[in-house]
Amino acid sequence: MKKLSHLQKMSSTGSAQITRRGFLIGASTAGLTMAFAPLGVLGASATAAISNGQFEPTVWFSIDKDGLILVNVGEAEMGQHVGTALARIIAEELEADWQDVRLNYVDSEARYGYRVTGGSWSMWQNFELLSRAGAAGRQVLIDAAAIMLNESAFKCRAENSVVWCGDRQLSYAEIVQAGKVDRVFTDSELAAMPIKSAAQRKLLGGDYAALDIPDKTSGQAVYGIDAELPGMVYAKPILPPTRYGSTILKVDDEQAREVKGYAQTLVLDDPSGTVPGWALVIADSYHAALKAAAVIDVEYEAGDTANVAEADILDHGRHLIDSKKGSLVIDDEGVDATFRDAERVLSQEYTTGTVLHFQMEPVNALALETNGRWELHTGNQWQSLALPVYAQALGVPESQILMKTYLLGGGFGRRLNGDYGVPALLAAKALGKPVKVVLSREDDSRFDSPRSASVQKMQVAIDDKNRVIGMQHHSAAGWPTEVMAGFFLGTGSNGEKFDPFAINGANHWYTVGQHRVRAISNDLASRTFRPGWLRSVGPGWTNWALESFMDETAHALGVDPVKFRLQHLQSRGRNAGSAPNSIGGASRLATVLKRVAQKSGWGAQMPIDHGMGVATTFGQERDMPTWTACVAEVAVDRESGAVTLKKLTLVLDAGTIIHPDGALAQTEGAALWGVSMALHEGTQFEAGEVAARNLDRYTPLRMSDMPALDIEFIDSEYLSMGLGEPATTAVGPAIANAIFAAVGARVRHLPITAAAVRDATPKV
Amino acid sequence: MATTFKLNGVEVKVDVPADTPLLWVVRDELNYKGTKFGCGIGLCGACTVHVNGVAQRSCITPLASVADQSITTIEGLDHPVQQAWVDVQAPQCGYCQSGQIMQAASLLKQNPAPTDSEITAAMDGNLCRCMAYKRIQAAIRLASDRNQEPLS
Repeated sequence: MKKLSHLQKMSSTGSAQITRRGFLIGASTAGLTMAFAPLGVLGASATAAISNGQFEPTVWFSIDKDGLILVNVGEAEMGQHVGTALARIIAEELEADWQDVRLNYVDSEARYGYRVTGGSWSMWQNFELLSRAGAAGRQVLIDAAAIMLNESAFKCRAENSVVWCGDRQLSYAEIVQAGKVDRVFTDSELAAMPIKSAAQRKLLGGDYAALDIPDKTSGQAVYGIDAELPGMVYAKPILPPTRYGSTILKVDDEQAREVKGYAQTLVLDDPSGTVPGWALVIADSYHAALKAAAVIDVEYEAGDTANVAEADILDHGRHLIDSKKGSLVIDDEGVDATFRDAERVLSQEYTTGTVLHFQMEPVNALALETNGRWELHTGNQWQSLALPVYAQALGVPESQILMKTYLLGGGFGRRLNGDYGVPALLAAKALGKPVKVVLSREDDSRFDSPRSASVQKMQVAIDDKNRVIGMQHHSAAGWPTEVMAGFFLGTGSNGEKFDPFAINGANHWYTVGQHRVRAISNDLASRTFRPGWLRSVGPGWTNWALESFMDETAHALGVDPVKFRLQHLQSRGRNAGSAPNSIGGASRLATVLKRVAQKSGWGAQMPIDHGMGVATTFGQERDMPTWTACVAEVAVDRESGAVTLKKLTLVLDAGTIIHPDGALAQTEGAALWGVSMALHEGTQFEAGEVAARNLDRYTPLRMSDMPALDIEFIDSEYLSMGLGEPATTAVGPAIANAIFAAVGARVRHLPITAAAVRDATPKV
Repeated sequence: MATTFKLNGVEVKVDVPADTPLLWVVRDELNYKGTKFGCGIGLCGACTVHVNGVAQRSCITPLASVADQSITTIEGLDHPVQQAWVDVQAPQCGYCQSGQIMQAASLLKQNPAPTDSEITAAMDGNLCRCMAYKRIQAAIRLASDRNQEPLS
């Protein structure tokens, strides 16, 4: 199979820096700085480089003269406690006293490197790099203490921010105060720095509290929506009837002029094309802006998607699948012959509907210009993607724009798309003062970048001995990466481009004979809305089709669904796995599957109309597999079709677990997201827009909908993988498969409705 | 016309239209940002404050209705449930948690020893998009259990 080049590109953002840079540790007036910096400007002395300020170091962490350790965090904090986990990695190797560790969430300065938080990449990308940086710091502190104590370094050791040489000791604070440290590590020296084995670790894997939590229980945590600047005005958008192509003909704000605090309605002219047809209602309070917006009449010439309905998007997807269009992501030799010669071919269509991010904090941004320099105060997941768009909107170089970092009131992929910063910047430019744009909940839903509806066609070829000898997976959906980050597109074997994020999951670890995966961009979807990356992205639909179809195939062949999957999880050929990411390959998926079967009581007699269903996933990306298996237990009411989810059992192998409680929290949330998207939430496009815009119609899972959760992690020393997303995409098909086991109803559309279950239930 | 009420024990006076939702008054006029805007229609609970000690959605509470009343926001709350929230590591993104905590504190005031189903019934109007429900439930249970422990 073709390697997904995007991931290499992305994953190398950290390590690529090392190859060009050295790691320096030197004293400064403030304390001890540990930083990556370009080797060319380093010279021999780290201290000289730091004190002369000849360069802008990518500061990773520092120790001040009181021994406080400040860790810079470039990742967005959106509920995953990422800052705590990253700092913990450094502290482990640095032998730091955890009580002395503090976090600093950095702004978008270029010196902090490429900025994106998503894909559950953070631990996987940073573990080794930060471990070695921490280890280098420890070594340097030990060496300095040894000189100060006139002892040889190999007789000294570090523990809890103290270096011990025999029975004499020096604290890190004392070593920093002496100011004698001056070391440069080349990248090869850093790469050779030994890091601890799992058995040697003291901090990682243990119980500890996330550093961002206390402020979130006292009202002190600061989110983008809490930003304020002197002299700012508020703005509420008036959105056009279509995401693209609408133009404003006339604005009538006569009634709004009666609203106290209303200032004006600004029609935006956006050179970046991000917010065509937007107007902003400007007022001295948000309430006044809301009130005024309610009585302002805007006349539009609507774009050509003004009448698009959900069914049109799905039908267009079917039409595309029937055509020969799309990109061949996997295309083994002989697929057509295998299917032609097969004893029989099973074929099914699966669909999914539109899903909103519905993060709790509606998107917002506060922009300010001072002497040609721009500040944007907002929570964001992909600063490096947003900045060029902002630069285009303003007509200024990227270097003139700084994104100030805030906590995110939910990300889930919504804030990978920084479109909401554009109106704030344009308005601040037009008005010459700070403008804070806040989308109402309805605005946020209307112009969310939702998870696209999808259509998929699945086929397996079966030989005369009931063996699977071929599989085809054809998937049509709106492609977020095509619309927003085209540089990440992959190229299929037929030369056509594909969005790897939108087809991930179809490149699975089952051995199925001759395999073809075809990814198709649903252009009606991406003309009607801006497709978004939503928690796990592609596997949200690809795994729905794959794991439902695996189940259907197992039943068609009369094989138990767990046994059927195990038969096809073989660590050989392309599924053998490779170091460092996927050591063990398919066998590790088999391990979690066997364990989840055992743990859930798979195969036991169930009460009438109760059933268990199973599904697996490897998370978002084949090259970063989080081996995941899920069993759902449901009860179905035959009369109404109502499904009660009793319990989810999940077993995951995510390699080394850095923050066990955080890992569990992420998996609990991800699993319940899966439940919510399977049974509780979803919307449809009607007349070019999402129909459900607030909680009266959009109904995510609530506390009373929560099933019992039983989650287990495999004890593993392999490389750390991500946990923000994997559980999300195993849950939906596990539920559908459980419904089939309970009452024989096969549902093939997400979300699953009671009516669909009722209609699909065979009459007894 | 100015409206007077008590905020976290201190009398405050604001001169904004009487139909302004309390949410925007506490956030933007009085600069208590811990109370959050989520849905604007009283269905997510992120904006929950106490009016005379009882949980109420501030996004659908007009300022006029709280004249001379006593309002508590998360910044003015000092309740054992907050420590329980830390102890079970309940928050993820944290955006809904002020509202969750205000709702929970109000529940425990009215019903110091709620059953699990009473907890769920009282908390069902508070959406947590990170879906930290299991821990929110556990935190309320922990605070309640601690409250029931006999004094030694």
